[in-house]
Amino acid sequence: MSRETEGVTASWEVFLRPRRGLSHQHVGSVRAGDADMALEHARDLYTRRGEPLSLWVVRSADVHAASPTERDPFFSNAHHKPYRYPEHFTPLTGGGDHDDDD
Amino acid sequence: MVDTAEAIVQAAGGAADGEAAPDEEAAALAAHFEALLRAGETVEPRDWMPDGYRRMLVRQIAQHAHSEIIGMQPEGGWLTRAPSLHRKSVLLAKVQDEAGHGLYLYAAAETLGVDRADLLDALHRGQQRYAATFNHPALTWADTGAIAWLTDGAAVINQAPLTRTSYGPYARAMRRVCQEEAFHVRQGYDLMKALCEGTPAQREMAQDAVDRWWLPAVALMFGPPDTLAGGADARTAALGARVSAQAIAWGIKRHTNDELRQRFVDHCVPQARGLGLTLPDPGIRWNEERGHYDFGPIDWESYRGALADDSHTARRRVAHRVAAHEDGAWVREAAAAYAAREDAPEAAL
Amino acid sequence: MTTTETHGAREARGDTAGFALLAARLGDDALVLGQRLCQWITRAPTIEEDLALSNIALDLIGHARALLALSGTLDGTGRTEDDLAYGRGDREFRNTLLTALPNGDFAVTVARQLAYSHYAVLYYEALAGSAEPGLAACAARAATEVDYHRRHADGWTVRLGLGTAESGRRMQAALDRVWPYTAELFDEDDLVARLAGTGAAASPGPLRPVWRERVHAVVERAGLAVPAPRWEARGGRQGLHGEEFAPLIAELQSVHRQFPGGTW
Repeated sequence: MSRETEGVTASWEVFLRPRRGLSHQHVGSVRAGDADMALEHARDLYTRRGEPLSLWVVRSADVHAASPTERDPFFSNAHHKPYRYPEHFTPLTGGGDHDDDD
Repeated sequence: MVDTAEAIVQAAGGAADGEAAPDEEAAALAAHFEALLRAGETVEPRDWMPDGYRRMLVRQIAQHAHSEIIGMQPEGGWLTRAPSLHRKSVLLAKVQDEAGHGLYLYAAAETLGVDRADLLDALHRGQQRYAATFNHPALTWADTGAIAWLTDGAAVINQAPLTRTSYGPYARAMRRVCQEEAFHVRQGYDLMKALCEGTPAQREMAQDAVDRWWLPAVALMFGPPDTLAGGADARTAALGARVSAQAIAWGIKRHTNDELRQRFVDHCVPQARGLGLTLPDPGIRWNEERGHYDFGPIDWESYRGALADDSHTARRRVAHRVAAHEDGAWVREAAAAYAAREDAPEAAL
Repeated sequence: MTTTETHGAREARGDTAGFALLAARLGDDALVLGQRLCQWITRAPTIEEDLALSNIALDLIGHARALLALSGTLDGTGRTEDDLAYGRGDREFRNTLLTALPNGDFAVTVARQLAYSHYAVLYYEALAGSAEPGLAACAARAATEVDYHRRHADGWTVRLGLGTAESGRRMQAALDRVWPYTAELFDEDDLVARLAGTGAAASPGPLRPVWRERVHAVVERAGLAVPAPRWEARGGRQGLHGEEFAPLIAELQSVHRQFPGGTW
């Protein structure tokens, strides 16, 4: 499979405003052919948790932002899924939670 | 395993030997790189870095990314059969996290000048590896719990120090990954607990899964032995030690494989007791003197078969990936052709 | 039944049974479509689409859980979401044939998502005004989520329609394949007519022209022809499914049924 048929060659930088009072912050990048696809991929990749308010993807000098009116359906993905958090489940018995650092 | 390790040592050694600076500028760049490491600062994509460092990172990050993507398969196969709608939702959320982790890591690898398409090609051609743990088959529903509890549990222990690894994009990707992995381990333990508190048949299924997933987790998730502690022979241990020493010197790794393996065993023993399950290693017992649990030596030589690409499940894993990639080629071509149209961004709004 | 019970109270009780049946239908649609999407995971054209399809499946399973739990409460049996999902035979499911259509290639899945999500946005928005507060709440929440699914389907319909010659051909074939199955979504049978007649819950029937307008606009933007099928597929709402349905449900229920009395 060549690079051409991979088909998602453009890289987009993703900026997320995680909550009110904070500016958009760079969170990573996605690959997508067009701006819409980049926004959808960024949404799927970076807004699975938390209460994100707004998302930008940037290619070259262009800035594409999710419009505020689309906020609810756009970020509905993060809601109503308490099981995405470890606190939702029985605590591990005994020797720590694995997730403590050294 | 040993061949891979040898290749890494060669690459690392070759790069280090070849660093004799041809001129003052190169020497200054190398000095700057060393100074960053000494100061505990991160190395960023535009910084100069030794070729060996770059190669070791590409290899490690790609292997990690591939492991996430291939690792979707053993659990993903149970999505349609999850025994409650709650567990189905949890498993979907977990498998999609794995896809997400793969994407974070491919993006980190791309900052080193490689292309994801090429990395996937290498995976599909068998030129780059993934965690051999996933070449074991997920035979029952309880396997999804055992994988999450043990394999992801091992991954968290392995990966937590990588949030402070010396390469910035890798460290940042790992911070995201580790935040999300905590959910994976907890839900796996929770799933196993439900089975252990269920009917005798459910408990039997849980024990069977732990019997099959313990050794893959403890042996394969931490890499080859790099001390004599894990039951390795002197040559294998020495070889592993050289690789780990270079990775630690570069700040890519922070602990030996065997240190992390011990930490994992220390975590799991009380957890298994909490579940009422038996870890399949009669050598496990508390060692008051060491302050750690002893565990039986891993018979690395006889276990090498499990690392091979030539097994029924290994072939299935790669073939499944290749089929998905080939079946989707026309979709990716269409997306690229559409993106090349001038009206693309507006057309789909 | 006592002689003092009023006619209105009897009607209200009848409506509760009606609401339960309606919630089960909607829940079955969401569950079966979610189950189909689960079959995609690890097989999508890109890793990004694995993520996107699993997100959509997750939302749909969430809708199914809420609606099936509501149905089990309203019908007085106290059955849980899992009792309904795992305890019924395939003939007892009331989903439309559309939602159980096999995935086909990616274009067929996109076409199925396009038809369903446009319908679901409209119908959930209408049901958000239902007299049954539990149903109204489920519908209001689901409406925002399926609107995102609609966006995803719209985007891919256009991308595939305008992408390459092959993708355009496949997308057209997919629309042609799926279109006969869209009529059943809007059928007005006795149940829907009764609930709509008392103003208890909207009927999907009147929504069809708006659906047609919206979906046609997307198809036209994709440079494709709106299919004009000569036949319409029906039966799911009466439990008369295709032959592919029983294996789908058998797979869904296999582990649950293998461990009688199990707790999960």
